[in-house]
Amino acid sequence: MKKRINVQFHYGLMVAPGLVWLLLFSIIPMVGIVMAFQDYNPGRGYWGSEWVGLENFEYLFSMSDARQVMINTLIIAVSKMVLNLIIPLAFALLLNEVRLVRYKKLIQTIVYLPHFLSWVILASIVLSIFGYRGVVNTIGGWFGAEGRIWMNSASFFRPLVIWSDVWKEFGYNAVIFLAALTGINPNLYEAAAIDGAGRWKSIWHITLPGLISTVVLLGVLGLGSVLNAGFDQIFNLYNPMVYSTGDILDTWVYRMGLWDLQFSLATTAGLLKSVVSFVLIVSSYIMAYKFADYRVF
Amino acid sequence: MIRSKSFSSRLFDIVNNVVMFLLAFSCLYPLWYAFCLSISDKSAANSGIVTFYPVGFSLASYKEIMGDIKFFNSFWISIQRTVLGTVITLLVLIMMAYPLAKSKLEFKPRNIIMWIILFCMVFNGGQIPWYITVKNYGLIDSIWGLVLSGSLPVFNLILMMNFFRSLPKDLEEAAVVDGAGPWRILFGIVVPCSVPVLATIVLFTGVYHWNEFFQGLVLTTGDAHYPLQTYIKQMVVNIQTTNLTKDQIMQMDKLSNKSLDAAKIFIAMIPMLVVYPFLQRYFVSGIMLGAVKE
Repeated sequence: MKKRINVQFHYGLMVAPGLVWLLLFSIIPMVGIVMAFQDYNPGRGYWGSEWVGLENFEYLFSMSDARQVMINTLIIAVSKMVLNLIIPLAFALLLNEVRLVRYKKLIQTIVYLPHFLSWVILASIVLSIFGYRGVVNTIGGWFGAEGRIWMNSASFFRPLVIWSDVWKEFGYNAVIFLAALTGINPNLYEAAAIDGAGRWKSIWHITLPGLISTVVLLGVLGLGSVLNAGFDQIFNLYNPMVYSTGDILDTWVYRMGLWDLQFSLATTAGLLKSVVSFVLIVSSYIMAYKFADYRVF
Repeated sequence: MIRSKSFSSRLFDIVNNVVMFLLAFSCLYPLWYAFCLSISDKSAANSGIVTFYPVGFSLASYKEIMGDIKFFNSFWISIQRTVLGTVITLLVLIMMAYPLAKSKLEFKPRNIIMWIILFCMVFNGGQIPWYITVKNYGLIDSIWGLVLSGSLPVFNLILMMNFFRSLPKDLEEAAVVDGAGPWRILFGIVVPCSVPVLATIVLFTGVYHWNEFFQGLVLTTGDAHYPLQTYIKQMVVNIQTTNLTKDQIMQMDKLSNKSLDAAKIFIAMIPMLVVYPFLQRYFVSGIMLGAVKE
């Protein structure tokens, strides 16, 4: 009996550092949420600042910036979610049709690469490719096109953000589909071929149905990131000229909080994001559990 | 596999191979472009004539970097951060995952702790409360702020728990009979049996710390403390930031040094390119470990 208690104690010791870490950097910061209901003054701290009820929320909803930022966030995040599902799926299907095994391996090896590079580095390169003296204008010039200042164009910015993200992640996102493909019974293809099914029919009737459950699961789990449009990417690519189409919740909160020092308002916007994300993540997990028997642990 | 060799099928193969080639090319080209700029002549790089190959070969940019103390200082900070962050995260995760991989009977508070962890994974206080808290701890401009202030990586924890759970129970039971305590079992038996999953997590964590941007941006205030990613962000002055005329932008273009910037970016990529073969080997298995439960 004594021995059992002893083991429990040691298990507790093992868990302790992780719990302290969680307490210091995840749980204690949650206390700061009170700022959303205060007119926070850094000199007075959380407990000395004036309480204002829901005033911050009212003010936030009356700001015209807030609406535009929400629209931008949703458009960018949802487009990324959908395309980051469809494009990797299409890529996996096409790669699966490549017959030269070495070529297939080589392609697969190369397309993961951008995933492992940071947005700071990739954005610097993107900025220089689309710069006034960049490759795009140079090649356009060969065909007589006038050089443009691409990064200042509000209508160009959203597609650039969405597609550059798809480009960075498609190889990585395809991994899970490629793995699911190996799980499809090869006998099915042989049987289909004997029945006279061509390539397209095989893909349509065997390969795609074999992947559908993975697609649905990833789609459902992706719901939680509806408000994550990608801070690193946008912060490194945007400039004030494209705020109208490119400013998202996270970058807006960052500028409001850490540049303009409007701590309370920024906390309020951040809190709204956290609550919505929380509800979405929890419901997506419940749905994934119900429909696909998926469990987090 | 039996497949028809019809004309349309062959045509598809050709088109498909070309599409695959173009996709792979698009993934390599930006790196190649940065490399070409970095070894091109300064004036050639600035004038935009570098496209697919270096123009006017010159190593001047790399020579200039050799004397740039700030760049190497930031590089060093990033290395310290990556090494410390990886070692500490790995140790904490190993110790935490082991008891949590036990059942509720073997470790009583297991489920409560699990719920706390999951809550912290799906809910957070937001940027600003987090920043104020870390500032109050006095971790601004400190390497420990960069190492510790990210939250506990729950995904990696679950990955490790699932792996520990899949190990045969007999191993541990035999050790218990021999009188080994929990720490001996963990570090003497469980850890040596878990090399694949540990390697995956080391790589995930290392890549995370090397590439992490937001914390470096917010928690460092001067270039003596910048990690590499922040340094690069400060360096690449986005000249399109204001409503300048084309003439003004061209003026600023002349003053910048695209070749030097590209050389710094390329050097910052080297650590990733070096570990890439290992990443390849382990991260696919890592994703699958995370995707397949029980």
